[in-house]
Amino acid sequence: MKYTEDDLREELKTKEYEYGFYTDIESDTLPIGLSEDVVRAISLKKEEPQWMTDWRVESFRAWQEMIEPEWANVNYVKPDFQAISYYSAPNTKPKLDSLDEVDPELLETFKKLGISLDEQKMLSGVAMDVVIDSVSVATTFKKTLNEKGIIFCSMSDAIKEHPELVKKHLGTVVPQKDNFYAALNSAVFSDGSFCYIPKGVRCPMELSTYFRINQANTGQFERTLVIADEGSYVSYLEGCTAPSRDENQLHAAVVELIAMDDAEIKYSTVQNWFPGNKEGKGGVYNFVTKRGICEKNAKISWTQVETGSAVTWKYPSCILKGDNSVGEFYSIAVTNNHQQADTGTKMIHLGKNTKSTIISKGISAGKSQNSYRGLVQINSRADNARNFSQCDSLLMGNDCGAHTFPYIEVKNKTAIIEHEATTSKIGEDQIFYCNQRGIDTEKAIALIVNGFSKEVLNKLPMEFAIEAQKLLEISLEGSVG
Amino acid sequence: MELKEKLIASFMAFENLVDIDLPVHDVRSEAIKEFESQGFPSKRDEAWKYTSLNSILKHDYSVFPKLENHIDYNDIKKYFIHDIDTYKIVFIDGKYSSHLSETTHDGIDVCLMSSALSKPKYRLIIENYFNKVATKDSLSSLNTAFSQEGAYIHIPKNKLVAKPIQIVHFSTGNEAALMLQPRNLIVVDENSHVQIIERHQSLTDNPVLTNSVTEVFANKRAIVDYYKIQNDNQNASLIDSTFVNQKRESVASVHTFSFGGKLTRNNLNFYQNGERIDSTMKGITIIGNKQHVDHNTLVHHIEPNCESHQDYKGIYGDSSTGVFNGKVLVNREAQKTNAFQANNNILLSDKASINTKPQLEIFADDVKCSHGCTIGQLDDSAMFYLRSRGIPEKEAKALLMFAFSNNVMSSVKIPEIKQRITKIIANKLGVNTGFDL
Repeated sequence: MKYTEDDLREELKTKEYEYGFYTDIESDTLPIGLSEDVVRAISLKKEEPQWMTDWRVESFRAWQEMIEPEWANVNYVKPDFQAISYYSAPNTKPKLDSLDEVDPELLETFKKLGISLDEQKMLSGVAMDVVIDSVSVATTFKKTLNEKGIIFCSMSDAIKEHPELVKKHLGTVVPQKDNFYAALNSAVFSDGSFCYIPKGVRCPMELSTYFRINQANTGQFERTLVIADEGSYVSYLEGCTAPSRDENQLHAAVVELIAMDDAEIKYSTVQNWFPGNKEGKGGVYNFVTKRGICEKNAKISWTQVETGSAVTWKYPSCILKGDNSVGEFYSIAVTNNHQQADTGTKMIHLGKNTKSTIISKGISAGKSQNSYRGLVQINSRADNARNFSQCDSLLMGNDCGAHTFPYIEVKNKTAIIEHEATTSKIGEDQIFYCNQRGIDTEKAIALIVNGFSKEVLNKLPMEFAIEAQKLLEISLEGSVG
Repeated sequence: MELKEKLIASFMAFENLVDIDLPVHDVRSEAIKEFESQGFPSKRDEAWKYTSLNSILKHDYSVFPKLENHIDYNDIKKYFIHDIDTYKIVFIDGKYSSHLSETTHDGIDVCLMSSALSKPKYRLIIENYFNKVATKDSLSSLNTAFSQEGAYIHIPKNKLVAKPIQIVHFSTGNEAALMLQPRNLIVVDENSHVQIIERHQSLTDNPVLTNSVTEVFANKRAIVDYYKIQNDNQNASLIDSTFVNQKRESVASVHTFSFGGKLTRNNLNFYQNGERIDSTMKGITIIGNKQHVDHNTLVHHIEPNCESHQDYKGIYGDSSTGVFNGKVLVNREAQKTNAFQANNNILLSDKASINTKPQLEIFADDVKCSHGCTIGQLDDSAMFYLRSRGIPEKEAKALLMFAFSNNVMSSVKIPEIKQRITKIIANKLGVNTGFDL
């Protein structure tokens, strides 16, 4: 039978979330609801020092004063912040030296995800700081990293073991009062990853963390802080899949990157939270604040593949503070069924000779809405700033939408800014061209979508590129591979 | 008293001046309520994020035009496109000036809004078209509430209007500060063709605020060319809202040339209510000092097989600011839409700034939509090329700027307008290029 675009559309509509499962691990959960007492209780449970508790409480008070933002091009039922449990940790809390000590049920989860730690360790040399329900339970490759002086641990450990670093840098890039969700995160963040690369060290492996939402009704509030000291390099991977839940789950993470003079940080994300079923029921709310600051000659590169979540609200940004610093943003956002994504980046040029590149690819199918929203700001002292932005959208079917909202603000005459955006569907002539050369329609669509996203997929580290392709397959099965 | 309160208080008095038995009375009352609830837009409104009205709202404007003021034609001849024969509708301080105007009722109606609103023979047109496409935003509502005078142009079926129509608003400065609210209605019926030139000019340095609304209806296969020349002096501000409603196979274009004024805001909205429509919106902005020009455009593609072209060029010197906020909206039904939007800017000074926001909102899949936006400088190697051939710096710069804006000029259909714009640009740059584009 001939495979047509209509068939593809049908398949897209009926494709269910493959990775929806639920691991039954006994959890130690706080009662639902949020108050100053809950914030203090979280801090107490995590055995945090007084300054951390104060910092959380301060954030909580600021959060109470704030209102939820509504400017994004998304519609959803607002989460009830009093109906969420703000802390849940697996009861078993093993200190791990080998995989044998890991809860077998947990290992089973990894197997289903296709990320056997063993295999990962052997084949890819990726150190995993596995987070299940907010508390890290496995850390591998710590020894190798230790030798280089690299600190890579959970945020709670960092607060205990490296308070001077955390105290100095936490909240410097994303202040507590930055926005509604950042303030909420600052108050109640349960855990996350902390990474410090010392001066002149090139991190020998890709650092990786898996986030999973597991416990029903548990908001996940991750806090990540990556510090690359002068002249260092690190590539950081973050990926997530979440089990099927009917209630909307809230994910409000904060990621802060600090690239000091001559340092380089590469931050890659593959996001595949549960997008809701095909009627648009359930799914994760993904309201994330990600921002990095570049000092002199530093470089920050964000790469993201966004395929999941019912609602995505995410703008990984670069503050190009130092002269000659570079910011990059490469993104593929795929939406299907009733998913909504409002994502993009902010490039704030402050230093001289700063450069930024934005490549954003949006693919919308089903009844989804996909928006690019970006800001390029050249301040008056940022001489010779350079920006290139490209936003392409691919529409599949007639019930979806693609939107572009670029903001460009320039206050310096030496700036050179280029922005271009296109919207199109897979052209009949393109398919005809392939058919004519003996490539069937299914393969042709795969080829075209692949080509459309290639610029971004190429930017992913090897280990991740494979998984990203897998995710594209799931989200748009029949069109890729 | 704040301007808002003053305007609301003046509304009663205004209503007593005009006939309140007319059907338009209800429209006005409705509009003033709308304005009262919304107030003037502030920077908190997304559409006004980069443009603040505070500096121009602080003056104590007189909101009623007083008596007719006389101006001698020779003093103001230079503000007309005078080298070709045209119809003229001229207003002085908001009042119609019969001795400067040249109107007609011969087959077509080129006359006044005030008479169209009051005379029974225009009632059908007014009922069908007046305030039918203008949006209910605060400034348009304010204009609707005070709508009384302006140009009324109705071209019936199958007419090719032989000469262009000029609409010129003068302010004499006899009032310390004057607020004008002209309201134009242009209805072009099937297969007809019309060219319109609009200009606002103040003759002294007294502050003037013009809040103008123009509604254009291009019916089946009509062709409408609209040229806006904005070269007012440094104390005059203009908020110009133009709404163009197009029916199938019509072709409409609006060219906006912004060189003068303190603050200029152009709201330009095109609605494509039919198939195979072509819409063009182009603009050249060359400003300096502390001038501010804001172009806010919308093309709403409602039906299939339509095209739209937007091309805005801006050159910003001194401490000027430019804003471009363009939006292309494609409905689900509007398949096979071709929408193109370009915004190119050159910054000449470190104190100048540009904010641009070209948006696409697309709900149909079989479309070709693209936008491009650039910000840069004059090309150094091109400068060197010209300088090395003995062209002085100022002239070389001017040549490059002319070349930069040539794309917009090329679609201007009246040669005299091209010449005039070229002269205005040359004057502005202080050069004598000795050629016409």
